[in-house]
Amino acid sequence: MSDVIHDFTTEVPEWQPRVTPVDLENATPEQLEALKVTPSNTKVSDYVLTLAHDVEILQERSPLFNAIMYNRGGLGRTGRELGATAASIVNRCIYCAAVHASRYNQLTKSGEIMAALFEDGEEVRLAPYNQAIVDFSMKLSKSPPEATADDVGKLRDAGLSEEEIVDLILSTSLFAWANRLMHILGDPVTTGSVDIG
Amino acid sequence: MTSDRITELAGIKAIDTPKLRADILAMTDAASAAVLRPKDTGAFSHGQRAGLAARIARLNGKEDLAQHYGQDLSDDDTKLADPSFDGGADERLQAMLAFTDRVAVSPKDATTEDIESLSNAGIADADIVRLTQLNAFLAYEIRLVEGLRLMRTDP
Repeated sequence: MSDVIHDFTTEVPEWQPRVTPVDLENATPEQLEALKVTPSNTKVSDYVLTLAHDVEILQERSPLFNAIMYNRGGLGRTGRELGATAASIVNRCIYCAAVHASRYNQLTKSGEIMAALFEDGEEVRLAPYNQAIVDFSMKLSKSPPEATADDVGKLRDAGLSEEEIVDLILSTSLFAWANRLMHILGDPVTTGSVDIG
Repeated sequence: MTSDRITELAGIKAIDTPKLRADILAMTDAASAAVLRPKDTGAFSHGQRAGLAARIARLNGKEDLAQHYGQDLSDDDTKLADPSFDGGADERLQAMLAFTDRVAVSPKDATTEDIESLSNAGIADADIVRLTQLNAFLAYEIRLVEGLRLMRTDP
């Protein structure tokens, strides 16, 4: 039995798929190519093996994900991680929230903002710059999206440039996607509790 | 590689391309093709994928995007694009549409039972991943277009 985690945490859980991941032994050449499996690199996560069921989108998604989160210029890493975490809170993706909150904490060398976000969710009160980002990202993450031009105005008032706002839209939207994979296709479980076999 | 599809949907021709990260918009188009028109369709035809995409756009209140995704649909695929259609007597279709609606509208409430309902309706694991990717990608693209629209200063 594994223990499914239901509360937000900055300790990154393990991820247990709800469907059977691709078995490397029986993977097709296209899957092996997409997984970048080589004789010296045979370690692939269950998450990526699960996504390997659909090779065509997996191949497009990885470079897109990296470009949105790590491209040079525009919004800094902390702003992108804040948008990613805000989206993950709205969609209650415990796994994504843990990964990106912990990265945010590493980058800012403080756990204060993420602790407040996890505690207060959409009611959180932060300094104007972070508040504008979190409000916009949370509203854009709703279904249907609830962000308005006024929320974009608050980003501009908080000092974000047009380029930075585009990057925030991208990182927030990217997690509408990522949350729907991680939170739908598997469960966050306590470390060491993943069922084998 | 450049792409005008997202900027045209968002109506933001006025903003110049470098600010918009042209590389990411081109990659977004490639991802769109991979979920809407894959070579290996699995259990879902291109027409069904387009119908589901239009349904997801409607569930997000975006009729114009529904028109964009749902061009030239067959009668059967047009039904999928209507959020009030629940699959009728077809249990497999019912499961597919209920899952699509859950992932599109209330992903936070999703549980392992949502996946089991697909398995129980005879949908294979690989097709569950395909259907989830289609839905998840659209959640991204719809918000990307919406966010860019909100940046316009010439409403």
